[in-house]
Amino acid sequence: MERYSFSISKEIAEELETHAKAGLPNETCGYLGGKDDVVTTFYPMVNVDASPEHFSFDPEEQFAVVKEARSKKEDLIGVYHSHPETPARLSEEDINLFNDPNPTYIIVSLKDEEPSMNGFKVFKPSNDEIQIVKVELKREN
Amino acid sequence: MKLTINGEEKIIEKDTLTISTLLLAESVKMPEMVSVELNGEMVERDVFDTQEVKEGDALEFLYFMGGGQ
Repeated sequence: MERYSFSISKEIAEELETHAKAGLPNETCGYLGGKDDVVTTFYPMVNVDASPEHFSFDPEEQFAVVKEARSKKEDLIGVYHSHPETPARLSEEDINLFNDPNPTYIIVSLKDEEPSMNGFKVFKPSNDEIQIVKVELKREN
Repeated sequence: MKLTINGEEKIIEKDTLTISTLLLAESVKMPEMVSVELNGEMVERDVFDTQEVKEGDALEFLYFMGGGQ
């Protein structure tokens, strides 16, 4: 199976954790812009569900961020969301709803005192086949 | 027909297209989970089958993004 890695600076990782904590008790979300597998920009997004258990992007905000990233010659290489009370792993709902095979899905868990972060790719080669690959996160200084 | 799709110019070898047939032509998986913008305006999903796409149009496709813990 192919191996994937994702490089995220210490500063942006801290931005995600701060954003996740600021949104409590609700889940938070955002896009990660960059090139290849290196994150250069965090785009916080509104969780229109405003829920501790769910998140959804606002499509109009998505279109705006897609264009902003394109103008900066970035790709949207990651989608982040937080799990306020559960581990940094894909939930059944995440797996059902993550239909884009391109981004790395980053989950920040606030379950423990120290936040934790994991990344995954989700591939759906057919209607009844799902492949989940854990991505190696590289925290750069 | 020449279109701009997600910022890139493309030639689609069709004379008539709707949003639905364009998603099919572009092999977009799970089109029911895709949001579409046509010339800067979001297109409601219930008109994907009838909304025509014309020469020179600019379209953006993106997947609905949501989940939960």
